[in-house]
Amino acid sequence: MLDQYSTLFLYSAMGVYAIAFIAFTLDLSRRSAGVTARAATVQSGAERIAAARGTRVTRSAAAGSAGTTTLERPESYGPSSSDPIAPDSAGASTPLRPGKEGVSLRVGVALSILGFVLHLAADVLRGIAAARVPWANMYEFSMTGTLIIMGIFLVAVIRKDLRFLGAVITGLVLILLGISTVGFRVDVVPLPPALQSYWLVIHVMVAILATGFFTLSFALSVVQLLQARREGLGSSARAVKLRLLASVPASESLERSAYRVAIVGFILWTFTLMAGAIWAEHAWGRYWGWDTKEVWTFVIWVIYAAYIHARATRGWRGSHSAWLAIIGYSAVLFNFGVVNVFFKGLHAYSGL
Amino acid sequence: MSPRSDRPGSDRPGSDRPESGRAPIDGPAGPDGETSDDAQSKRDAAAELHRPSDHVDSAVDDSGADGADAGGTDGISAPKLGPIGWLRFAWRQLTSMRTALFLLLFLAIAAVPGSLVPQRSSDPNGVSQYLDEHPDLFPIIDAVQGFDVYSSVWFTAIYLLLFISLIGCVLPRTKHHWQAMRAKPPRTPARLERMQGLRRRTLAGDDVEQALAAGERVLKSKRYRVVRYGDSLSAERGYLRETGNLIFHGSLVGILVAVAIGGSFGYNGNRVVVTGESFVNYIGGYDSFTRGRLVTDDTLSPYRLRLDDLQVTYEQDNANAIGAPLDYTASVTVQEPNSTQTSKKQIKVNEPLRVNGTNVYLLGNGYAPHLTIRDPDGTVVFSGSVPFLPQNAQLFSTGIIKVPDGLSEQVGIIGLLYPTKTTLDSGALASSFPDLDDPLLTLSVYTGDLGLDQGIPKSVYQLDTTDLTLQAGRNAPEPAPELTPGATVDLPNGLGTVTLDSIDRFASLEIHDDPTQAWVLAFAILVLAGLAASLFVPRRRLWLKVRRGSDGELSVEYAGLARGDDPRLDEAVQEFADRHSEQLGGAAQTGRAGDGETKPIR
Ligand code: HEM
Repeated sequence: MLDQYSTLFLYSAMGVYAIAFIAFTLDLSRRSAGVTARAATVQSGAERIAAARGTRVTRSAAAGSAGTTTLERPESYGPSSSDPIAPDSAGASTPLRPGKEGVSLRVGVALSILGFVLHLAADVLRGIAAARVPWANMYEFSMTGTLIIMGIFLVAVIRKDLRFLGAVITGLVLILLGISTVGFRVDVVPLPPALQSYWLVIHVMVAILATGFFTLSFALSVVQLLQARREGLGSSARAVKLRLLASVPASESLERSAYRVAIVGFILWTFTLMAGAIWAEHAWGRYWGWDTKEVWTFVIWVIYAAYIHARATRGWRGSHSAWLAIIGYSAVLFNFGVVNVFFKGLHAYSGL
Repeated sequence: MSPRSDRPGSDRPGSDRPESGRAPIDGPAGPDGETSDDAQSKRDAAAELHRPSDHVDSAVDDSGADGADAGGTDGISAPKLGPIGWLRFAWRQLTSMRTALFLLLFLAIAAVPGSLVPQRSSDPNGVSQYLDEHPDLFPIIDAVQGFDVYSSVWFTAIYLLLFISLIGCVLPRTKHHWQAMRAKPPRTPARLERMQGLRRRTLAGDDVEQALAAGERVLKSKRYRVVRYGDSLSAERGYLRETGNLIFHGSLVGILVAVAIGGSFGYNGNRVVVTGESFVNYIGGYDSFTRGRLVTDDTLSPYRLRLDDLQVTYEQDNANAIGAPLDYTASVTVQEPNSTQTSKKQIKVNEPLRVNGTNVYLLGNGYAPHLTIRDPDGTVVFSGSVPFLPQNAQLFSTGIIKVPDGLSEQVGIIGLLYPTKTTLDSGALASSFPDLDDPLLTLSVYTGDLGLDQGIPKSVYQLDTTDLTLQAGRNAPEPAPELTPGATVDLPNGLGTVTLDSIDRFASLEIHDDPTQAWVLAFAILVLAGLAASLFVPRRRLWLKVRRGSDGELSVEYAGLARGDDPRLDEAVQEFADRHSEQLGGAAQTGRAGDGETKPIR
């Protein structure tokens, strides 16, 4: 009964997300149109930043009065005035004048919030229907996991203008929810004894949270790679190709954001791995046995460790490390979508 | 005090490490009177982070062999090196960031095959099944240790190299960090414009000492380490970042070592215990047993454990899950070695029992019918509980009884147990619920040679029927004998009788002794703590420079420098500037670098 309401709310949430996705996409296409109009006259914010990022002596226009010659270092991590993601940035926000241009963007955000509320209701109802945490089988993991992805995205948007990721995030959430309602949907059943543990609450919750952060980092890395490609083009080609990215922060700034989100995910994943080992010790009599799910948890951990190292290795920061973040996220999706369903192992809790 | 001279050209423009350049100092030397450039550069070097030379924060150093691993093409200069040079070159390669990165990626890739192919360690039955299904592929995979990936030569080589690289990387950094923790923050750079978040303020008052003292107070309250150089302060915080990084990497080594030691001193074994029976912890008491290299027979402490009862509850109401197990509780009586004292304990699936340093887990359960077989004269030739292996969720189970002696022929029996019997549309029997609501045991009886006399060990769970003849059962001369608890039926050919006395439950217990488990946990906690510190504690420097203006005002500069990822550096400089001006009774005027000194910001 409650479970049916939960499903109803979930379908409504999906409908709302779908409209949000359309709104975000409209916004992106409007961005590219808007940029084209100005491209001839104004050097885009992203370009200015890209130019300022190189190690070179620049005499910035603003600094002119003081007559100081400043040295811009490529590895200056503090948000400087040219950090386009900072709220006071000049880069990201300028192309979108308030008023009609921002409408679809705001509609997208508002619908995302509405969808999130419906989604939350669906999740809570499922938990009440099952009289336990709503993450004990794949259908429930997907429902809670996508909820967390949306939640992290919405919280991140409060802190930084990451709304340009709206289409990627709502699109991904829609696909995941679609697959799980069609493929993984199961009725409420009692927990098997091996899952009756407070570690179910801790271990799985943290794993879902980590996945949420990895998702955001993945989306940023994808945009970063596209942006880096655009920045690599000559300025005339830039005006035509990948136009919509002109209103998006520079690849370096995206890279830094992706990293900061990823390290939160990484530390949560480290905890997931350890909590899983402790639970395995309680339930199966050994803390590590290279069970398929354990193998993949380890593989993901090592890939993200490599990603963090790559970022600290000369010649690897930037596009190379972004690819590692994407590979790491593919492993996360594989671990969830493929290992759970098709691989044999002790973690037979997909409920399918 | 003389106004500051800018001394243009004295710091190297274009260097990407301005703070390591020998920046000229401001005003007179520090209170310790250390003025020699050499001592200063030593101190500044100590304040730097020690990093492999291909780390993004390392200066590109083109001089001599040091640059050998800065890029691939440098290998060309390698032939000039002597043997020692070669060794140093190889060591630097091994301990470089790039090597660590590649080894990590190799490790990730190397771990994958173990999830695609069954492993002997975790799934031995899967391996034998694989042999049946892919007889051609099996020897090839086996030759490359594909069924023992995690103990294979190649997997071991990768992680050992990685850990050697790690130790080679972490040891010098630890030494260096130890020195850095006791060194002073380096001198204030001559020109703060080159640092980050520069802010200029003009403050009322003209007491330079007071301004510096206030700056020191603010910085110290934020737990910066502060040194005064002339009319400037140099401060640094966040040493914990590097400490955390070293603890993180070091504890990874700790985990590896603890796991290796645990593997040598630990043991684990498995034993099926029927309710009412006991198990004694000695090697002969196990059905299967594996031990580390350094475990002797006396390592085991011979406690006794009696399985009094195994309670299982099944779902009865939820239509989607009828018969799903809800709880297993084993009640046991433990008797410590050399003691007559006993204590009653419980074991559940997520709640192992800790006895005498070992952990006892409840891993499986099933039914063990108690059977008695008599010859035609009524003499008992077999009596005991026979554990049956569950075949499905409704606990339809099969078991084997072998009677080599006492009857006119050797007899082998395959028993099929239906805890709650039901007849399918096809007429076949099945079990509809895992509890013993309406149990039925059917027997297929074979006679002939059981093959037990050849001395080859045979599994008690398998009956080799090649030399046997089916006497009773499906497609046999006589129908399969059927038994309910308490019943006695005749065996075919007047061999004798069989009685089903009762149907008990058995528990499959796993006993583990891992003496380093607590160490592994302790290192794991250190890994996590170290990681958190290393990723989230910002390491940064802040500077404050005071100059007495011509009109009786103080002009103050604030700036900072991030050492590694530090998203809040700009905020930190801002806050420092605000609190400092507050301490001095408010700013007369504020300005941001480059904005001109009169234009207020924010
Ligand atoms: C088992 C293998 C290793 C793992 C899992 C690992 C993991 C990590 C992780 C997660 C970080 C980021 C967190 C932190 O800063 O502490 C890190 C940083 C670092 N690792 Fe490793 N590491 C390994 C081996 C190595 C090796 C062999 C080296 C030396 C070549 C090394 C050098 C470093 C350095 C220098 C940093 C700091 C990076 C920075 O400046 O941001 N690591 N490592």
